[in-house]
Amino acid sequence: MNPAMRLPDKRRFPVHILVFLAPAVIIYTMFMTYPLVDSLRLSLYTSDQRGNETFVGLDNYHKLVTDPLWKPRLQGAIINNIKFFAIHMFVQNPIGLLLAALLSSPFIRGRAIYRTLIFTPTVLSVVLIGFIWSMILSPLWGISGDILTSIGLEQYAKKPWLGLEATALPTLSLISVWQWVGIPMMLFLAALIAIPDELIEAARVDGATAWGVFWRIKFPLILPTVGIVGVLTFVGNFNAFDLIYTTQKVNAGPNFSTDILGTFFYRTFFGQQLQPGNPTMGATIAGVMFLIILAGVLLYMFGWQRRVTQVEL
Amino acid sequence: MSSLSSLSHRLRPAHSLQLLGAHAVLLAYTALALSPILLILINSFKTRKAIFKTPYALPNSETWSTVGYETVFKRANFPDYFVNSLIVTLGALVLILIAGTMAAWALAEYRFPGNKLMGLYLALGIMIPIRLGTVSILRLTVDLNIVDTLWALILVYTASGLPLAIFVLTNFMRQVPRDLKDAARVDGASEYRIYRMILPLVRPAIGTVAVFNMIPIWNDLWFPLILAPSERNKTVTLGAQTFLGQFVSDWNAVLSSLTLAAVPVVILYIIFSRQLIRGLTAGAVK
Repeated sequence: MNPAMRLPDKRRFPVHILVFLAPAVIIYTMFMTYPLVDSLRLSLYTSDQRGNETFVGLDNYHKLVTDPLWKPRLQGAIINNIKFFAIHMFVQNPIGLLLAALLSSPFIRGRAIYRTLIFTPTVLSVVLIGFIWSMILSPLWGISGDILTSIGLEQYAKKPWLGLEATALPTLSLISVWQWVGIPMMLFLAALIAIPDELIEAARVDGATAWGVFWRIKFPLILPTVGIVGVLTFVGNFNAFDLIYTTQKVNAGPNFSTDILGTFFYRTFFGQQLQPGNPTMGATIAGVMFLIILAGVLLYMFGWQRRVTQVEL
Repeated sequence: MSSLSSLSHRLRPAHSLQLLGAHAVLLAYTALALSPILLILINSFKTRKAIFKTPYALPNSETWSTVGYETVFKRANFPDYFVNSLIVTLGALVLILIAGTMAAWALAEYRFPGNKLMGLYLALGIMIPIRLGTVSILRLTVDLNIVDTLWALILVYTASGLPLAIFVLTNFMRQVPRDLKDAARVDGASEYRIYRMILPLVRPAIGTVAVFNMIPIWNDLWFPLILAPSERNKTVTLGAQTFLGQFVSDWNAVLSSLTLAAVPVVILYIIFSRQLIRGLTAGAVK
């Protein structure tokens, strides 16, 4: 800490510091930390029809992992969420890296224009993206059919991609990849541009190819960003909701094949046509999501960030 | 630039072929990113027949139609939704910036017991999504009697935007030169005055924080759906979502409402793309 920082020479805590901190601390505590803690508390309670709450310990969690009504839904949501995340990790992030590698070359003209245009889908709301793609994929309109036919895949032309259990989740994951690829692209781009030119020129003079320079010099240097992109993808995916809700509705059909933790949480908490909402079970699912996200963030902080910084030093 | 590229020309004979390949990949990806959006846009101005018969053609005098837009304006209150989104987004931004700069100033400028701990506490929310507390947030808004009001949304977005805002602003405020502050203190300025004095110096960071928060708040579906779902309080995103769900078989109306809902964000993006990209890349990309 800066030694020249002002240290008020009084015993009493200076009032102006409290004044400066108060608005942020009050709003943040009331609407963020308190609800998170209170929601975790609620997950240990159950409520009857009159709204009386009784403490039940970990019973809700136990029910979630053993009860024949809850278990398959939880399992399905977690497995689907892992697939959703895997497709982002292995499709979105490599494409983002490729685009960033191309855009970081000082010899490409029109970099700013490419960058701005490719980022456009990222700023649109997921609701719009969901509807745009469900129209394009609709066999009624036939746009996707035309495209598949034109590249010789006629046998797939009439498939309702979002309506089949086998294809709905991969299709939605790819739609989401299409929308969000701009984020990893920008983060990788910033990291690549920050690499000093001398390092690259030196390697080039030594006869390294562009491919060699990228994997031997640039990629190891942007490993911290790879970690950040990974953890952002993880948190974003295990908290996703809008796309599935928009295109597949509250039941994440067909037959729950696109149900992820976000939609499971919403459905349980808020209810649906025949089933009333269940706040305490909703809070329990939020608790499970919290544990998964926390595990991912901690793994990143202690498993990746520490090691990578050490390599860099 | 020219000397650099001629240098690399000498070094790499395959250079121009590589460049061509790079442009091909970038052009192809740009087309993939934009064509779905353009397809919606051009078809929103066509008759129903033309939408299905010639989806890839631009509208001409024969196929031109704005019937979809007429349906949207008759059946949905898009102007009202727009005003609601504007109130929520601007309200949250103002609160984030006021509370955020104040807290960041306290953390960056003063040494006090618990400074580090307070910084850590406020940073926790960067990684933990606020959605996980939704069950209790809904109860809280009921208790505070602000459920189904725009205030509920403004306060929730403020709380979720503050952690990153404070983190970014604190780092920026640490770089404000000491002499300036010390000179003001010698002149007898109060701490509140000095805070106001340094605000213009951190304007780039304030811009970054504003642009960063603007788009996710405008686009959010979750909290409008849960905290402010009534017709009177719908934001553009929720309004479009319900309208699209009801009119799903009216292709003209769907295409038009998609275009209408996208326009404000695209305009914002065009205006602020520079700041947004600079913020995302921490200034590395100009």
